[in-house]
Amino acid sequence: MDGVDLEVEQGTFVALIGPSGAGKSTLLGLLAGLEKADEGVVEKDGAPLLEAGSVAYMPQSDLLLPWRSVLANVSLGLEAGGTPRKEARARAAEVLGGFGLAEFAKRSPWALSGGMRSRVALLRTALLGRDVLLLDEPFGALDALTRRHLQEWLLGVRDGLAATIVLVTHDVDEALLLADRVVVLTKRPARVALDLSVDLDRPRTMGVETTAGFSRLKGRLLGALGVAG
Amino acid sequence: MKGRAAGAGRALPAALLAGLALAGWEAVVRLFGVPAFLLPGPTAIAGAFWGSRGLLLEHAVPTAGEAVVGFLGAAVAGTVSGVVINRSPLMERSLYPWLVASQTLPIIAVAPILVTWFGYGPLPKVLVVVLFCFFPITVATVDGLRATEPDLLRLMRSFGASRWRTFFMVEMPGALPFLFGGVRLAVTYCVVGAVIGEWVGSSAGLGFLMIQDKAQFEIPRLFAEIALLSAMGVSLFLAVALLQRLVAPWTLRRDRR
Repeated sequence: MDGVDLEVEQGTFVALIGPSGAGKSTLLGLLAGLEKADEGVVEKDGAPLLEAGSVAYMPQSDLLLPWRSVLANVSLGLEAGGTPRKEARARAAEVLGGFGLAEFAKRSPWALSGGMRSRVALLRTALLGRDVLLLDEPFGALDALTRRHLQEWLLGVRDGLAATIVLVTHDVDEALLLADRVVVLTKRPARVALDLSVDLDRPRTMGVETTAGFSRLKGRLLGALGVAG
Repeated sequence: MKGRAAGAGRALPAALLAGLALAGWEAVVRLFGVPAFLLPGPTAIAGAFWGSRGLLLEHAVPTAGEAVVGFLGAAVAGTVSGVVINRSPLMERSLYPWLVASQTLPIIAVAPILVTWFGYGPLPKVLVVVLFCFFPITVATVDGLRATEPDLLRLMRSFGASRWRTFFMVEMPGALPFLFGGVRLAVTYCVVGAVIGEWVGSSAGLGFLMIQDKAQFEIPRLFAEIALLSAMGVSLFLAVALLQRLVAPWTLRRDRR
């Protein structure tokens, strides 16, 4: 990474996009406080972020624990952070209900579809109640159709989630559909190639992808990525 | 009901094979008139068992006790040493090599020393069993803890979890499939360990009885004792398998990830 200077305003949904190996995941790890930068700083609300545990982070694979039920998987983050088990489970049950997944609470992770596993992993992250949510290609491992469903779902529940979201993706459509702002990184060494404000109306639906405004933005993104646009 | 029927069906081939082998054995012994002090037939062994059933069961109790207590001791010692080795690089470098070296000692040669130290009671037998059984459990614990996905550790860090919580919520349960593998292996050694301990010096137990019967040419009963020991080992193995099914059913799934 070389001179990546990024400021994310509270309450915005930013998508980070770039070629494989550009260091998107590394950047997210830095933002999460999981990795240390050789040079430079990460600040949150003006104070340097030195340790993990102050922002919510969702890794690429869902990492659900097979010995825990869906409910217990959702409450894992709270329990790991020291919330008493009973309280954590109660809040997990509440959020599962709120997202219409109450019927899955007692299931085991292996009994879930890939899409459902991703939902559970996302709720586990969201339940932490932190004001920043970092998502590392959350739908990357899903098939195309399931991914569409999940994007639509995320679009619908976005307001119920944390204020600020940073999403790493390699999917241009996904970035435009979900984000308020798309930042394109170049190949190594990663620099910001384009910082694009997505001025599409909200609330959005999947239908936005067929509008002229969407195509225009997509063209610019593909151009910045070096793909014929 | 369906599950039970399927289980019985699965055991059928093994039972058939055993039946065939026993029938063949009996036939050979009868056809060629093999003397009972060389090789008794299955019916002769069964007869010896039935004739001495009180004595055999009386001596089976201490042997089973030594095997079970020793095995439990080995489970604790193996898990604790595995955790210590996993937690501390210094322990891994200092303790692990010596634990490996301890496995090259012929335990049968160590057993008499244990008897001179601890007498003819059950303690030296229990210690022999521990020596026989702990190592596979140590190795399984070390490997299981080491197999924790790095991404999972990162996730726990992102939750702000302490090392302690990470260990109990993620690493230890994640090591259970390995740990049970080691325990299932170890449990098959524990009866053998108890018998070897008894051979060296004892006044009770199936191992003690075997030595006596060999000296007195009670060969059919010697075979009955071997069969009883084998049944004891198989029962313990099945008990461990049942325990695994009850406390950690997910470890038995192939698609657990």
